Amino acid sequence: MNGRAPKIEIRGLTKAFGPKRVLNGLDLEVGVGESLVVIGGSGSGKSVTLKCVLGLIHPDGGSIKVDGEEVVGRRGAERERVLRKFGMLFQGAALFDSLRVWENVAFGLIQGRGAERAQAKDVALHKLGAVGLGPEVGELWPAELSGGMQKRVALARAIATEPEIIFFDEPTTGLDPIMADVINQLVRKCVNDLGATALSITHDMASARKIGDRIAMIYEGRIIWSGRVDEIDRSANDYVDQFIHGRAEGPIKMPIRPL
Amino acid sequence: MITAVLQPIGRAFLSGLATIGRLTLFTLTALLHCLKPPYYWRLIGRQMVDIGYYSLPVVGMTAIFTGMVLALQSSTGFARFSAESAIPNVVVISITRELGPVLAGLMVAGRIGAAMAAEIGTMRVTEQIDALTTLSTNPLNYLVAPRLIAGITMLPFLVVVGDCIGVFGGYLVSIYKLGFNPATYIRNTMDFVQTLDVVSGLAKAAVFGFLVTLMGCYHGYHSRGGAQGVGAATTNAVVSASILILIFDYVLTELFFSK
Repeated sequence: MNGRAPKIEIRGLTKAFGPKRVLNGLDLEVGVGESLVVIGGSGSGKSVTLKCVLGLIHPDGGSIKVDGEEVVGRRGAERERVLRKFGMLFQGAALFDSLRVWENVAFGLIQGRGAERAQAKDVALHKLGAVGLGPEVGELWPAELSGGMQKRVALARAIATEPEIIFFDEPTTGLDPIMADVINQLVRKCVNDLGATALSITHDMASARKIGDRIAMIYEGRIIWSGRVDEIDRSANDYVDQFIHGRAEGPIKMPIRPL
Repeated sequence: MITAVLQPIGRAFLSGLATIGRLTLFTLTALLHCLKPPYYWRLIGRQMVDIGYYSLPVVGMTAIFTGMVLALQSSTGFARFSAESAIPNVVVISITRELGPVLAGLMVAGRIGAAMAAEIGTMRVTEQIDALTTLSTNPLNYLVAPRLIAGITMLPFLVVVGDCIGVFGGYLVSIYKLGFNPATYIRNTMDFVQTLDVVSGLAKAAVFGFLVTLMGCYHGYHSRGGAQGVGAATTNAVVSASILILIFDYVLTELFFSK
């Protein structure tokens, strides 16, 4: 953190699905222009946290402030105004099957900002170029792309409106190591070029080290450690140590029954 | 013992109430979004073509054979009372008041309702609906409203065409199999049919169009859990739309014709 007011400030966030408490009073801050990576196991509440900030899931309690403005409970036009600050790369890319690649990338410009189609197409092709895809890809359908290309198109879509805040949900999941590194570099480049604030969630440590300025670890719905990327190897936290080294033994127990 | 029996009944009752509440809220919100800008004319047009134009063959086939069977059955039944001259009247009344709208509604429920539930359900489970929200686009405006508008406007169009083809089916059997005089058949048909017969059929069609698209959208929008959830949503959309069509057919018939 750089002393300025945080771009995103989460305090005491709680969320339960039936009897299962997913978020347990989560506190998190992301500074202006900072790239924060949240790591944690499956089901630890990473995606739910992102979706609460975006208003896709309504939290049971707690506060979420974006630029100092409370966003929990915002609806309609007020919520849309806040959402204009965000771009999001979804884990499965979430490209619209019924639209061509360039229309996917230009979607936020045409539907969200009311841009002309021709003008939006130019921007979309430029953004596709920025993620290493030629203009010919723009005319393809999402189903015709490989997993890595879909992720790149989703990245181009996330940055097309040049948002102030970008969320990356598992940006490298399901990709081979080389493509994963390409995506990591692109994520880093996009964040740097736009000067955007980034919040990423992943359990890929190579990705976390590459794209983050700071890392926070979530466990059982709470942040149990946070610090600079270079501090994570000497965190003195058993949970973090077990996670970053991928050990089965340690304080984090998996409920496995004997064969 | 008593608790064990009553518990599942109570749970099912509460779950039924929750579903009714959810459906009512969805219906009201969706209707509100039909009236609220932005209007996606391109999507409305695409849905109108899909529902209106591409359903013509199936509705036409159903109508012509229904008209033919109606004439044939009426002939065998009325022959006992020497009342064959009433065949044109029975065909036109049955088709315009009942069979035209009901059969068109059921055919469209199978063709369009299922497709809508599958498409929107797939969008839900692949996070495409969440992506719409993050791109400052209201999913109800973008996905649901165009389908409802197209359903309400296109079903009456289909029924007008279906009525004409159905009456023509009765005409074919009456002229070429039962030996009616063509001019007499047409005159009897035109003399007997009243404006209310046609208007009530068209009003029913508009309601059925709304029900079919509403069920397709509702079940798709609330589908969960991957391919199995989408499959269940598709089945539920067709079954619930079909049942609602038959229920509302009775209600509307009471409204129009009971004295």
